[in-house]
Amino acid sequence: MSGKSFFVDLTKCTACRGCQVACKQWKQLPAEKTRQLGSHQNPPDLSYTTIRLVRFMETGDGDAFSWLFFPEQCRHCVDAPCKMAAESSGNGDAILQDADTGAVIYTDKTSELDFDFIRSSCPYDIPRQDAATKRISKCDMCIDRVRGGMLPACVKSCPTGTMNFGDREDMLQLAGKRLAEVQKAKPKAKLVDMEQVRVIYLAEMEPKTYYKFMADAGGPRMYTRFAALNKFLGPLRQLRG
Amino acid sequence: MGIHRRDFLKITAAGSLTAAFGGLGFDLRPAHAAAEVLKLKGTKQSTSICCYCSVGCGLIVSTAKDGAGRAVNVEGNPDHPINQGALCAKGASIWQLTENDRRSQKVLYRAPNSDKWEEKTWEWAIPEIAKRIKATRDAGFAEKNAKGETVNRCETIASVGSAALDNEECWVLQAFMRALGLTYIEHQARICHSSTVPALAESFGRGAMTNHWIDIGNADCVLIMGGNSAETHPVGFRWVVKAMEKGAKLIHVDPRFTRTSSKADIYARLRSGTDIAFLGGMIKYLLENDMFFKEYVTEYTNASFLVAPEFSFSEGLFSGFDPAARKYDKNKWAFVLDENGVPKRDLTLQDPRCVLSLLKAHYARYDLKTVSSVTGTPEDKLVEVYKTYGATAAAEKSGTILYAMGWTQHTVGVQNIRTMSMIQLLLGNIGVAGGGVNALRGESNVQGSTDQGLLFHILPGYLPTPRANQKAYADYLAGITPKSGDPKSLNWKQHQPKYMASLLKAMYQDVEPAAAYNWLPKLDAGQDASWLTLFDQMQKGKFKGFFAWGMNPAASGANSNKTRDALTKLDWMVNVNLFDNETGSFWKGPGMDPKKIKTEVFMLPACVSTEKEGSITNSGRWMQWRYQGPKPLGQSKPDGDIIYELFLAVREAYKKSKGAFPEPILGANIKDWGDGHVFEPHKVARMINGYYLKDVQGKGPDGADIVFKAGSQVTSFANLKDDGSTVSGDWVYCGSYTDPDPATGNKAARHSLEQTPEQAKIGLYPNWTWAWPLNRRVLYNRASVNAKGVPYQPQKPVMTWDEAGKKWVGDIPDGNGAPGAIHPFIMQQHGLGAIYGPGLNDGPFPEHYEPMEGPLAAHPFSKQRTNPAALIFPGEEANRSVADPNFPIVCTSIRVTEHWQTGLMTRWTPWLLEAEPQMFCEMSFDLAKERGIQNGDKVILKNKRGTLWAIAMVTNRMKPMTIMGKVTHQVAIPWHYGWVWPSDGGDSANLLVPSVGDANTGIPESKAFMVNLAKA
Repeated sequence: MSGKSFFVDLTKCTACRGCQVACKQWKQLPAEKTRQLGSHQNPPDLSYTTIRLVRFMETGDGDAFSWLFFPEQCRHCVDAPCKMAAESSGNGDAILQDADTGAVIYTDKTSELDFDFIRSSCPYDIPRQDAATKRISKCDMCIDRVRGGMLPACVKSCPTGTMNFGDREDMLQLAGKRLAEVQKAKPKAKLVDMEQVRVIYLAEMEPKTYYKFMADAGGPRMYTRFAALNKFLGPLRQLRG
Repeated sequence: MGIHRRDFLKITAAGSLTAAFGGLGFDLRPAHAAAEVLKLKGTKQSTSICCYCSVGCGLIVSTAKDGAGRAVNVEGNPDHPINQGALCAKGASIWQLTENDRRSQKVLYRAPNSDKWEEKTWEWAIPEIAKRIKATRDAGFAEKNAKGETVNRCETIASVGSAALDNEECWVLQAFMRALGLTYIEHQARICHSSTVPALAESFGRGAMTNHWIDIGNADCVLIMGGNSAETHPVGFRWVVKAMEKGAKLIHVDPRFTRTSSKADIYARLRSGTDIAFLGGMIKYLLENDMFFKEYVTEYTNASFLVAPEFSFSEGLFSGFDPAARKYDKNKWAFVLDENGVPKRDLTLQDPRCVLSLLKAHYARYDLKTVSSVTGTPEDKLVEVYKTYGATAAAEKSGTILYAMGWTQHTVGVQNIRTMSMIQLLLGNIGVAGGGVNALRGESNVQGSTDQGLLFHILPGYLPTPRANQKAYADYLAGITPKSGDPKSLNWKQHQPKYMASLLKAMYQDVEPAAAYNWLPKLDAGQDASWLTLFDQMQKGKFKGFFAWGMNPAASGANSNKTRDALTKLDWMVNVNLFDNETGSFWKGPGMDPKKIKTEVFMLPACVSTEKEGSITNSGRWMQWRYQGPKPLGQSKPDGDIIYELFLAVREAYKKSKGAFPEPILGANIKDWGDGHVFEPHKVARMINGYYLKDVQGKGPDGADIVFKAGSQVTSFANLKDDGSTVSGDWVYCGSYTDPDPATGNKAARHSLEQTPEQAKIGLYPNWTWAWPLNRRVLYNRASVNAKGVPYQPQKPVMTWDEAGKKWVGDIPDGNGAPGAIHPFIMQQHGLGAIYGPGLNDGPFPEHYEPMEGPLAAHPFSKQRTNPAALIFPGEEANRSVADPNFPIVCTSIRVTEHWQTGLMTRWTPWLLEAEPQMFCEMSFDLAKERGIQNGDKVILKNKRGTLWAIAMVTNRMKPMTIMGKVTHQVAIPWHYGWVWPSDGGDSANLLVPSVGDANTGIPESKAFMVNLAKA
């Protein structure tokens, strides 16, 4: 399991939203018509045209107050449940995984998939559908840039060192080093779902404090979605083996 | 013709997929990636600098068809040492600013009393405007003032703008306006950082940010107060993060918990407008606990100077106050001088009349309890901040302060900054790496536009504008030539006559400086023509004509209803901008009846910065050259061309028919502006640097005698002459363009990352672009070494004395000479840092005064509630509220990352509007509960000046504070919105801001005023 990974050091994020805009710029995604809803977070959620979103969360009060920022994107799961879900529904071409990088990539054929099934397969609730074309979208790791030797647009734009990208081994090493440093002051800090994903967040508080779907805990019943998928799709995965 | 987004999609979708993805070994058809794969193919890359804040981030603009098409991508320049490829939300959106179909692309004209725009051509507009300029000028030109003194001025036209112009454009704009005789010349700098300039100049000698962005990474402690750097300078904050990675502590002191606070080690809340109380408490704490750098304070500051007995302070007033004139007699604050005119010193710092003793006495009243009750900051939090920051008093430690509008925009704006400047001197934090007083400028070229003299009180290079009582050139020169009897004081301002002569030669080459001086318009002695006064006069009908270049005063100026009403009194207005805005369209704004408004408006479309070439100067004084990417969109033009064409047309008009005082118009040195048709930024840049008019004897860099040939570039301001043999449009920029060939001479265009290992220790990058003065990167760096030339901080030396080579290595020394030979603050008359500042209008030591509008009926610890010398307008008291139960809430205007200034550019950029779409008001849960407001509700804010709606943002980031025993609420509103666009966005926060200004610069008090609010 090599390929590429992101390391996202949330202790450094200032929510400047350079990444949110740089993503739209490179991909030429249109702006949404939004309203002020009593939060700096906008758009309020991911969408077909907002595949990267900085989430804002306030927690605690007084000296225990924290303002947390969570630049959210597809995690590019090492074994992507959405891809498995597509395969299980007999449309293996709709969602692909790039062998070199590990990027999980949605093609035009995603319009043929059952969107609810794909979305619910995602431990992080990432995929979004275009109402008109029925295509499903999410971050593609800026695969065109990466193959051209460029950093993904979000990583390139990040001013504080929050966003990092490179060979998975290097990112894991960097993540481990930063975790040890951060834990000195914040013992609850952790690397979120490091083994399962290629977008590794360093969170200084419980992941669910940032956002309910930051970590893989949102699956049906007692299972995490990864566990659930292993259970339901296990036989298929073994077949792929 | 450019490729539009839709065409681009078609082209790429058709042909490119296999080629781009073939290498992956399977057929990838990603939903979004389809359009991108060819994105950069066939494009030309050019470098530019971001047009928003003053961090000065490098951009790479990719333009289609090898540069002949439109921009297809704009992203950070990875080589640029400040941003290293990074961009914030605004920077990342510049492509959409450039390729924006809502940009102004045609000349528009609004006839008197009309309710619509008419499309016009440049060929029509330029001569029409020139006609109006001439008619208005000829009718209103005054050769003499009421006293009969020669003034040669035109006070019927005013101009504002612009920090959005390149240096070269700013220079020609001021030359154009001054040739017309205008004295009311103002721009953004007045209302954003004007208070910085006198505060820092009084303290250290120059009015600019002392260090630079990368240097912030060298700090051991970063204090952000009066600012919100993570949001307003997001990429500059990169260097705060770097400092923290090396162990630095970050302290944020602010009325609001912001994105900056979210990253701070210590966050301390204070009431808006109480910074001097907070910092005065720090001075007291440092002195009492011996937390200051004694050697530095003794040797490098005026702490040891003895102050004459006439100086005193009692009940909030310094000696010498004249209440009728609201003015001090500063002669009462003088030093005791010896027979050579040098201040007497007590190097033991024990004399009761020495500055340090007076400082102790002045701040004795600022005890923790008092400070806490005034500021609302808990005592333990005060101590935590004081102790943490005070730790940088250690010789080997440095602390830096980053501030912006939270300090500048107060009636005590200058003194806010002064207080911190004094603290930095006490701690020995000036001149060192990771130190300084870092004024974070908010506009990409507001440093440059200030340097180029687009303000009523200064000419290019900070030379004061002449006054009517300075009748002859010699009178003026006498006023700008300070004298010092101290052999260790370089007293550099004594050279100002050379800079003035060279400036006059740049403006009016064919006459001698003394004659050219007579062509300059003169203000009356003591006359104020600053922003608030300008609009006050406009409302009273003083001006017929008005220029707004790259500015939006209808939304940016305090008290917007007053400003907007003032615009109705004009006969004509020229509005040069990128988009429709509240100023150009004021006649159809809220409450306006176009039929009753006579003002003619010419809306001229300027091009975006990515479409033109020229230099801008960032906050850290780096002059950076930008290149053209795509050509100007539609019929838009560079501001330089608009200025040049207008001036050519005015000259034509004066050639054709006689008019008032045509000499400065016809005698202007316009040959350095362009080729007769097109503006030439390189030509202007060479003139601003300066060149020789005659062969001049001088010394080469090696000290040998050489002859500088007529026509060759001057390489240093040290070579400028007072006899008219040199030209230099701005002496501060002398050394920036040292050879006529741009490839070798244009230092602002240098892109080399080369540095010595010593320089690399502090990230000096001396070969990347150019910094004024003379490529010095850290101002006052002579104070970073002791009298033997040994750095106080050897681990991060700014410079070191090389005894063998008898020279300094590292940064360019701020003043030549061997170690210990000179005092380190060479721009100061006495050569030392000023803890005592007798040159300011409101006192040599800062004193806490309440904001003009505030919650307290009386000053908490003196008899003087407000700054006695503040700028006010008689008759407007009734529009203000003090301790008024009808308006009990303290309000402050704020910014967000995603918008910029009045939002004129960012509201039209959909990706930014998407992130911050509408006016909001941040408030505490307590206040919301009290008023029955839920998060997301629409609320109405009100005071005696205006009404404004906003969406409530109810948050724990805002808290009520206990002020003098009483619970006091604070709210915050952004000032980025305006009625023109978007239609549901809201309007300007400035509707609520009072027209009151700082005592020294007249900057409006936008950061502390009173409101009430209720659910809509």
